[in-house]
Amino acid sequence: MLTAIDFLIVSSLLFSLGVVGIIINRKNVIVLLMCIELILLAVNTNFITFARFLGDTGGEIFVFFILTVAAAEAAIGLAILVVLYRARNSINVQDLNLLQG
Amino acid sequence: MFSFSAILPEIFVLVMACSILLLDLFVIENRIAIYRLAQLTLIGAFALTVPLFDKIPLLAFSGHFMLDNLALTLKLGAYVLTFFVFLYAYDYLRLQHIKLGEFYVLGLFSLLGMMVLTSAGSLLTVYLGLELLSLPLYAMVTLLRDSKLTSEAAMKYFVMGALASGMLLYGISLMYGMTGELILMHVAEASIGMNLVNQSIMGLGIALIVVGIAFKLGAVPFHMWIPDVYSGATTATVLFIASTSKLTAFALAVRLLFNTFGVFFEEWQPMLLILGVLSLIVGNVVALVQTNIKRLLAYSTIAHMGFVLLALASGSLGAGLFYILTYGLMAVAGFAVVIALSRAGYEAQEISDLKGLNRSHPWFAFLIMLLMFSLAGVPPLVGFYAKFVVLDAMIKAGLTPFAIIAVILSVVGAFYYLRIIKVMYFDTSDAQALPQFTPNKPMRVALSINSLAFLALGLFPGALLSYCFWVFA
Repeated sequence: MLTAIDFLIVSSLLFSLGVVGIIINRKNVIVLLMCIELILLAVNTNFITFARFLGDTGGEIFVFFILTVAAAEAAIGLAILVVLYRARNSINVQDLNLLQG
Repeated sequence: MFSFSAILPEIFVLVMACSILLLDLFVIENRIAIYRLAQLTLIGAFALTVPLFDKIPLLAFSGHFMLDNLALTLKLGAYVLTFFVFLYAYDYLRLQHIKLGEFYVLGLFSLLGMMVLTSAGSLLTVYLGLELLSLPLYAMVTLLRDSKLTSEAAMKYFVMGALASGMLLYGISLMYGMTGELILMHVAEASIGMNLVNQSIMGLGIALIVVGIAFKLGAVPFHMWIPDVYSGATTATVLFIASTSKLTAFALAVRLLFNTFGVFFEEWQPMLLILGVLSLIVGNVVALVQTNIKRLLAYSTIAHMGFVLLALASGSLGAGLFYILTYGLMAVAGFAVVIALSRAGYEAQEISDLKGLNRSHPWFAFLIMLLMFSLAGVPPLVGFYAKFVVLDAMIKAGLTPFAIIAVILSVVGAFYYLRIIKVMYFDTSDAQALPQFTPNKPMRVALSINSLAFLALGLFPGALLSYCFWVFA
């Protein structure tokens, strides 16, 4: 029988993968967008797990909102990506170096 | 219960933003009409928000929406700052040939997100407000579509912003899991008297939430995006990001850290102290070597956010509110100066562009001087009182060593503000190269009012100050 802890471990792994992916990724901007989605999915898994094991529907409702917002966020992210590609003919993370923090 | 009267300003802004979008697409050819409609929306929202002061405190929509003094004050502050932003942006957008309708519609949607966030009563509305605030901002940064710098800044802002809200959201999901509640007040009640395991998971959640807030405020070490976005993005958008959105990051901190996790004060106070001191150090020291005005203002923002974090860490919300409101006014004036100096196809970015401004435009040199003195915290300007109340609150809270560090770093910071004044007044350049200051008349008037407000608020700070402390009384 799976317990809440098992699900939480999976979601924390997903979350860590997403964060680490954003930090160490040096190649492609699309991978960054995928990492962001991964973080949001980890959060969704968390919410579903808690909602299931607490017997509260609030968490499940929250997931619907996150899914909707994630779709909007992906749309804007890809739109920016298109602008970026048109302006510079490259979506390489290493080429994003005109502005030095 | 469903009490639609509580969200009347939000409904009004939403309807107006949608109408302006359609009107801009199909009906109105005249650009200034769009601009006037956007400004009318702000005035209308202001008029609808003021009567709500009679109804507070009020919980609507089963507690998801909360109206209190803080919510209404920050909403009114956001309207005023957005009014200035829209006014200053008009000239710039016209010069750079950016579509006006897009900027104003996105700006109104972002404002709507800020309004939702400031009166968020549950974890769900916090998240939705935050995303509704951020998503239009990502698009607004990209408005100058052909620029390489702008698209890079937009991508960095997007990735950083999405990462920040992801972290915040993970923290929120842990909070929900430990308490089983979404309404902030119920979360607060449920987090009293928890067992040790749950408490440590709550600690992790709070750490993630603090990281999210620090990202949004731009506190060190989560500040990397600020200089890039400020120098790369469309200046009209930076106006908005630097002033109004900081106001709501403050709301986010108060709602989550104080209203919800007040019991865990000892957990998050050290985090805010460290973030605050680091921001002061990096902000003030790195700003010393900047030659670009926008980057300089970016690092100055980081330093000022350090003060806000220290105010929050000392538990004095009134001081924090006073600081963030006055800082919003100063930030909007700072970037308005950058806009006022730019001409068609040319953006004034370097400090040396201000050389000899006193000879060509003495009045505006005087206004910029007021702004710089206020940012540096020189009495009798309002920046001095903002710093003063924060330091006072820190000493009362027993954080004297941190107050001393803050004072020393403010002195370091004064150097680069004074350098701008020196460039304007004492550096000379030949007559041809004197800076041209070409804003239109409404902008001249607004910039004058904006800058003279620093003097007026600095000479008579009592009313606003006691109001800010009354908000949390």
